Amino acid sequence: MLNFDKEFFNIGHLDALSYKKTFIHQINPGIKLVVTLFFIVTVVSFSKYDVRQLIPFFLFPVFVMSAGDIPAAVVLKKLLVVSPFVLFAGLFNPLFDTSTAYTVSGINVSRGWVSYISLIIKFILTISSAVLLIATTSFPGICYALEKMRVPRIFVMQLLFIYRYLFVLAEEAMRIVRARNMRTFGKQGSGIKPFINIVSIFLLRSIERSERIYHAICARGFDGRIRLLKNFSIGIPDVLFAVLSVSAFLMLRIYDVTELIGEAALKH
Amino acid sequence: MSHHIIEFNDVHFTYPDRTEALKGINFRITHGESVGIVGANGAGKSTLISHMNGYLLPERGNIIIGDLPLNRSTIHHARKSVGVVFQNPDDQLFMSTVFEDVAFGPLNLGMTKESVIEKVNDALTTVGCLHLKDKPPHHLSLGQKRAVSIAAVIAMQPDILVMDEPAASLDPKSRRQLINLLREFKHTKIIASHDLDLIMDVCERCLVISGGRVTADGPVKEIFMDAKLLADNNLELPLSLQRR
Repeated sequence: MLNFDKEFFNIGHLDALSYKKTFIHQINPGIKLVVTLFFIVTVVSFSKYDVRQLIPFFLFPVFVMSAGDIPAAVVLKKLLVVSPFVLFAGLFNPLFDTSTAYTVSGINVSRGWVSYISLIIKFILTISSAVLLIATTSFPGICYALEKMRVPRIFVMQLLFIYRYLFVLAEEAMRIVRARNMRTFGKQGSGIKPFINIVSIFLLRSIERSERIYHAICARGFDGRIRLLKNFSIGIPDVLFAVLSVSAFLMLRIYDVTELIGEAALKH
Repeated sequence: MSHHIIEFNDVHFTYPDRTEALKGINFRITHGESVGIVGANGAGKSTLISHMNGYLLPERGNIIIGDLPLNRSTIHHARKSVGVVFQNPDDQLFMSTVFEDVAFGPLNLGMTKESVIEKVNDALTTVGCLHLKDKPPHHLSLGQKRAVSIAAVIAMQPDILVMDEPAASLDPKSRRQLINLLREFKHTKIIASHDLDLIMDVCERCLVISGGRVTADGPVKEIFMDAKLLADNNLELPLSLQRR
């Protein structure tokens, strides 16, 4: 399979997961968005040397993954794609911050290494929660949640159209790239000139398609305003999910749960 | 029921690149008729369809939809009366779920929320796609997309149903289901297609378009038995007639 095809099917897979019917998928998209944002803010609010306190936060993505029936491999793959940026961003911490933070079995661990590990944990927690939000909430659901949060309607409609036609245009691009690759042998035909032609053809086809879509919209009485019927109501499970999650995050933020558990274990 | 008519009188249209697509089109289609429009590629079929709901307006001549001449002030009336199903369903299904898409037209017509829900459910039931209502259009097969496109148009309860290549790229079973569906509709139907067997199955009358003009207009069987006329228009005798 060609690289472009693989990427196309990857996006499609994540989108397909968001239409499952589990408990997590049924939660109001607005509630999920707010809870995820709260989770991210709580995680990044820890100091750069906090590592132990962050560990219990892994319970949230693990819970969402299992309750939402989302394969761990999907989340891990997305994390891997973005990981080079974070790994590189924190690479110089151990070099510049060399003061000792801990001594483990006679080995000094510098504060630079601690901050680097903390950064990686924060990255894993925040990105996995964002990926899980997408994997458990349909994109239109996220858009409706944004609209409820007073994001301008025109912007939300633009997002909905982009989402709808992302797949159509990706398919179009896949067909063009496939047609080129079928007639490409070695370096012959894969230079900049065919690439420019591909981009031009893609642009022209997109313009033609946009005209046809506008035609279709007009044919069904479009007058500049998009009217929607969908209304996401908030039920008791949504409120429970929000209250329990936010309370848990606050508790984990205020109390050092790992320390408390450790102390309790030592007493016994 | 004169309000279900569609009439073209000496309609001319030239594209900005000076391609003369329609050169004096004349015909009248009355209530309840099923009319096929056939012709070679580039004959002017799609341009003709674009005139039926006012997406394009004639440069010369006039079009009457129902009781009203088509012009800028009557475009909304035309779009309410004439439902157009486009060749590529991906162009037609632009909302994020099937339900939202089918509801788009009725909402624009100012129907109440309850009425819209009822119309959407009825239309999706008619085309056998009610179970798909919460799906995003890009998760549907081509046949399902085609059926939902038809539902999106019939939910608006148009008097006249216009379809551009409705069976293009459909597998034989989906094509047969579409033909059965079209035969059940009591609307005035206008179908532009190269699929002459489909036209034979669904329509009683046929217009042959060539070089932007109507070159033949008559009963489907009569037109399709005229081998010279078909050959002149890059068409072939339908398979169902070849067997006889």
